[in-house]
Amino acid sequence: MTDAPATGTARVKRGLAEMLRGGVIMDVVDAAQAKIAEDAGACAVMALERVPSDIRRDGGIARMSDPAMIEAIQATVTIPVMAKCRIGHFAEAQVLQAMGVDYIDESEVLSPADEAYHVDKWAFTAPFVCGATNLGEALRRISEGACMIRSKGEAGTGNIIEAVRHLRSILGDIRAIRQASPEELFGWAKELRAPLDLVQEVAALGELPVPMFCAGGIATPADAALVMQLGAQAVFVGSGIFKSDDPSPRAKAIVEATTHYQDADIVLKVSKGLGDAMRGENNPQIRFEERGW
Amino acid sequence: MRIGVLALQGAFREHAEVLSALGVEAVLVKLPAHLNDVDAIVLPGGESTTQDKLLTTSELREPLAIAVRSGMPCFATCAGVILLATEVLDGRPDQTPLGLLDISVRRNGYGRQIDSFEAPLEIGVVGPGDFPGVFIRAPKIERLGSGEVLAMHHDSPVLLRDGAIWGATFHPELSRDSRLHQQFVAQCS
Repeated sequence: MTDAPATGTARVKRGLAEMLRGGVIMDVVDAAQAKIAEDAGACAVMALERVPSDIRRDGGIARMSDPAMIEAIQATVTIPVMAKCRIGHFAEAQVLQAMGVDYIDESEVLSPADEAYHVDKWAFTAPFVCGATNLGEALRRISEGACMIRSKGEAGTGNIIEAVRHLRSILGDIRAIRQASPEELFGWAKELRAPLDLVQEVAALGELPVPMFCAGGIATPADAALVMQLGAQAVFVGSGIFKSDDPSPRAKAIVEATTHYQDADIVLKVSKGLGDAMRGENNPQIRFEERGW
Repeated sequence: MRIGVLALQGAFREHAEVLSALGVEAVLVKLPAHLNDVDAIVLPGGESTTQDKLLTTSELREPLAIAVRSGMPCFATCAGVILLATEVLDGRPDQTPLGLLDISVRRNGYGRQIDSFEAPLEIGVVGPGDFPGVFIRAPKIERLGSGEVLAMHHDSPVLLRDGAIWGATFHPELSRDSRLHQQFVAQCS
């Protein structure tokens, strides 16, 4: 074969998300945590300087992490390494791509850089994941080139309620669209503020055209089993692991519960004796989920 | 015919969809009991280190190895090839491949995700016409034992057959071309 290989195609970008299905992506702030995550069976790690609960506590502007810290994590683990850029901050995204980050998270957990536009993700070879609270937001991100959607939840709270709300909203609208007549799809596109062709694609597929994972508030194995049963295809766990009493066994237990989410006997077995989960927060002052347009 | 798809982590759904479209009953395999009444097994892509740990915690390692060793047809893609190999390079120290396919395979042999690529492949056994090769953080086979090479990309084997075991370092389940699955199914019946 003489044809030059094609990199950065939609198929290989979405393809990595498909390879992460059924897995757990864990937030880590240094190489030691990354090692614990990989040892526990994480399918990828998200490298960031502060987990969301600390960003909440500390306040201030949250930016892309120090590249040296991300590089240290890349040098430590063999699984994919993701990292976050601010919403709309394409220059941070360019830096992350230049260092070979496997997935870029254009994340509401960091302080947004642009109040109108998200990054044009089609312009990148590296794939992007973006958060969404509803179907319109998910489809707008996909129209900008996102190759994976994660329901946002409310990161750093340890409270699963927002994740459940967002998953139910996205999946409920998909179920309704699946039943809609062709002319009703025009109305759906208008209501969702989403491109008609993507609405039609959702109607035909009965799901998003890219994998949908769940993030924000997962703190226990049963939380993971809950969101997987609701229809998430994999889970991101942020503060839930490294803000708990004993991260390593909890991380392993969440990995097993994510695989065996339909098997309550296994979720029961792995849930025992994990120590205290992260304390969590009921009424957060900052609502990350409202960031993104 | 019933074909099992190892469903611990990774792209098992895509394999099950291709098999179903070919009229085969696909059974998701997460526990040893799920292996009882399948005629063949597919090992999907995904994260091999995660799958390796889940093979142990799900108590599938031994029954799966016994089934494949005793001749159950097995189609392994990407991470699945790593699970079957006799030697894994750039793996984790605690990664324990099943040693059922005599190869040395290097994880992420082509680099990180930005180096993931698509390239047309010539695969004689599926007939004329390029086969779309989808390589995602793909492993590279660096030493080959007893298997027969069915496709190459540049100077590396990317598709092997060794007895009843088929191994692809790319992702035929993502390519919307089911010819390779058809060949595997034909061998199983």
